[in-house]
Amino acid sequence: MTASLLMLQLLNGLQLGILLFLVAAGLTLVFGVMDFINLAHGAQYMLGAYLAASIGGALGSFWLGLLAALPLSLAFGLALEWLVFRHLYARDHLAQVLATFGVILVIDEGVRQLWGSAPLNVPQPEGFSGGITLMAGLTYPSFRLAIIVAGLAVAALMWLVVERSRLGMLIRAGASNAPMVRALGVDTGRLFLGVIGVGAMLAGFAGAMAGPVFAVVPGMGDQVLILAFVVIVIGGIGSIRGAFIAALAVGLVESLGRAMMPELMRLFLDAAPARQAGAAVASMLVYAVMAAVLAWRPAGLFPAARA
Amino acid sequence: MTRLLRPSLLLPLLALAALAAAPFLGFGDRFALTLLSRAMILGMAAVSLSLLVGGAGLASLGHAAMMGIGAYVVAALDLAGITEGAIAFPAAILAAAAFAGITGLVALRTSGVYFIMITLAFGQMLFFTLSALSALGGDDGYTLYGRNTFLGADILTPRLSFHFICLGLLAASWGLCAMLSRSRFGRVLRAARETPLRVEALGFSPFPYRLLAYVIAGGIAGLAGALLANAMEFVSPAVASWPRSAELLFMVVLGGVAQLPGALVGALAFVLLEEGLAHVMSAWKLVFGPLLVLAVIFLPGGLTGGLPWRRRKQERRADA
Amino acid sequence: MPEPILVLDKLEKHFGGLAVTQQVSLDLRPGEIHALIGPNGAGKTTLIHLVSGTLRPDAGRVLLDGRDVTRLSLPQRARLGLARSFQITCVIPGFSALENVALALQAGDGSSFRFFRAAHHEARLNDAARATLDEVGLGARATIPAGALSHGERRQLELAVAIATQPRLLLLDEPLAGAGPEETERLIGLLQRLKARCPILLVEHDMQAVFALADRISVLNQGQLIVTGSAAQIQAHPEVQTAYLGEDEFA
Repeated sequence: MTASLLMLQLLNGLQLGILLFLVAAGLTLVFGVMDFINLAHGAQYMLGAYLAASIGGALGSFWLGLLAALPLSLAFGLALEWLVFRHLYARDHLAQVLATFGVILVIDEGVRQLWGSAPLNVPQPEGFSGGITLMAGLTYPSFRLAIIVAGLAVAALMWLVVERSRLGMLIRAGASNAPMVRALGVDTGRLFLGVIGVGAMLAGFAGAMAGPVFAVVPGMGDQVLILAFVVIVIGGIGSIRGAFIAALAVGLVESLGRAMMPELMRLFLDAAPARQAGAAVASMLVYAVMAAVLAWRPAGLFPAARA
Repeated sequence: MTRLLRPSLLLPLLALAALAAAPFLGFGDRFALTLLSRAMILGMAAVSLSLLVGGAGLASLGHAAMMGIGAYVVAALDLAGITEGAIAFPAAILAAAAFAGITGLVALRTSGVYFIMITLAFGQMLFFTLSALSALGGDDGYTLYGRNTFLGADILTPRLSFHFICLGLLAASWGLCAMLSRSRFGRVLRAARETPLRVEALGFSPFPYRLLAYVIAGGIAGLAGALLANAMEFVSPAVASWPRSAELLFMVVLGGVAQLPGALVGALAFVLLEEGLAHVMSAWKLVFGPLLVLAVIFLPGGLTGGLPWRRRKQERRADA
Repeated sequence: MPEPILVLDKLEKHFGGLAVTQQVSLDLRPGEIHALIGPNGAGKTTLIHLVSGTLRPDAGRVLLDGRDVTRLSLPQRARLGLARSFQITCVIPGFSALENVALALQAGDGSSFRFFRAAHHEARLNDAARATLDEVGLGARATIPAGALSHGERRQLELAVAIATQPRLLLLDEPLAGAGPEETERLIGLLQRLKARCPILLVEHDMQAVFALADRISVLNQGQLIVTGSAAQIQAHPEVQTAYLGEDEFA
């Protein structure tokens, strides 16, 4: 593998990792603060992608679509909280898993009814249609670089809010000791609503940004949801820092694995079976990493709650 | 005789009797029998899952993987020209049990929501592996040459015969799980679910008990998978997809986590409702999804857990 | 002197820079109640963890019947005869009182990897469980779910569960906590009868109960054992008074 190809895969991994972080951050915050496990989070990512794609398509501008998708994602998240989620906070994880699974069915089917089953084509955003030559033999699409930069900016902003502000202090306290925060007289109902809303908006943002890169299809949220679960489990539930590190690691393992596994298998097998075995092993790789991490540290790398 | 009248026995016995009588009460056509056998097969998997959820407190979100293994063992043997059920079925059970044993070694080190997620991850791992098996059709799946025969006898093909084989195996699975959860073994499992610290202070390590339950449940689900492959004469990675695992979990919870018969009732209700809705409208999930949400919110004890007033009465009795 | 059942030999435990257990040595002899007292934060809870196996000491040894069990886990120590109760009552709420005890008996009665017979029909376990419940005065409440028992009854049940395993010793963590005066009376009588069966290491806040029950008392303060002796010796000991009353009182 050449240096430029390796570099390309590293960048792809970084970009996937950033998107995963945006989804996982909401998931891990919601779980950490409210002890609420939300399977529908992936569907919110998908919805963001669809909203941005169709509004952007209608208005002829990706950026206007993105701008419109953010408040709509937020509103949708708040509506879900009001309709469904708040009735589940006091219930066990199993009930939460199942009820939000029901929500996924509805959103998936709704999307299918509204937009059809065929993938939606999203043109490259205006101003970012070309590529940037990073080194000899490597021209990287500028929009993908934009995703990386935007994601890092959001991560930095979240870090500032969570680590430095009063709100962040409440969120962190809630993640490690929710009853304590309630006892301090904080209006947890509003805190919960806010965390769910921000989480939904982040997921919608990630979906909107992913539109021009990946296929916008029904069910695109499932894949991301499960990878995001892997991320927050590896990172330690409730930990933003853990989610960030784990997201980048998962993104890199996923892309590098897919690129390199078939070649690695060539060492043991013929070309055709090597390609096949490589693909199979590559798709299992992140799960194997997760299993290994959990076998070593059953509560993830950076457990937020210290009992 | 009075023992038979207890609700924990009465309800599943009634359900099994209804299934036995169904073909003769106007549900003997192809569509009805296909639907019923599907319900019974998923019911088997749900019963085994309820041994884990209700008996041991292990909410696995990867139980469909065990079914997937069972189904794909049948398919792989079919590809190799082996259609003898006396080989394929035991192989399916053993393979699923072995997969459960290996993944259980890691998964059971965790608990609560971590357990839910790691079982989900193992399920996905298997799903992608199956999708990459191009010899068995990859994503598109694999159509069986024919149903398994048993010692040369073609007992799985006649619809009525298949119906009663599914029924017999469902009854046997239920009987096995009921027996296990009432045994000394099951008592330790149930105790460890409620108060693990007490169980450890008595000198039990919950791990081997949980692992064995996980392996047994995996084996039963493997058997269900082998039956499913025969019922559809087709396998695809969708058998092992995570929504299927969620559905199985739903059947258990819908029936009522606390009791084993719940899974049986839950599976029947779930499959019949799902297929019934799908029969009536194409966008059936728009109705089914909200029904699931409402069921979770308003029926916390499941269908067999009774209506809210009945639960209150039981609580009062417990307080007295 | 008879061989001690339990020996703690120079136990040490640090959390970060904080020494919560320092050079603690004590023993428990057959037929006695040995009480462990000390002000809040003296390190009693840590010591209980070290004895029961839920924490590992940084140094020192725990001997059970002369055998070094320092590296064994809670279930392993339980199998060697260490039974314990918990500060917050730890019974199985969904099981009846009888089944709680039957489970404990099951632990000492061969393998529990038995799959075929319904456990609640095993007459031998049930009879023995009923007898144990009678012994702690819960015979009439056998069929009630443990979760529906009163606080004091749950305490009694926990004792029944502990003795049902035929332990070599009992480790009781504040068995009287939260009990009303009448219940306390009953539990004290029960503990007095139980010590004939097996010795008890008792951690308790209720000083009157401790002085009424204990054959020997050890006082823990700031992670160190100040003194071990009879009730009278302890009451007269100046350092104990300091530890409990604060130095200001003597200044």
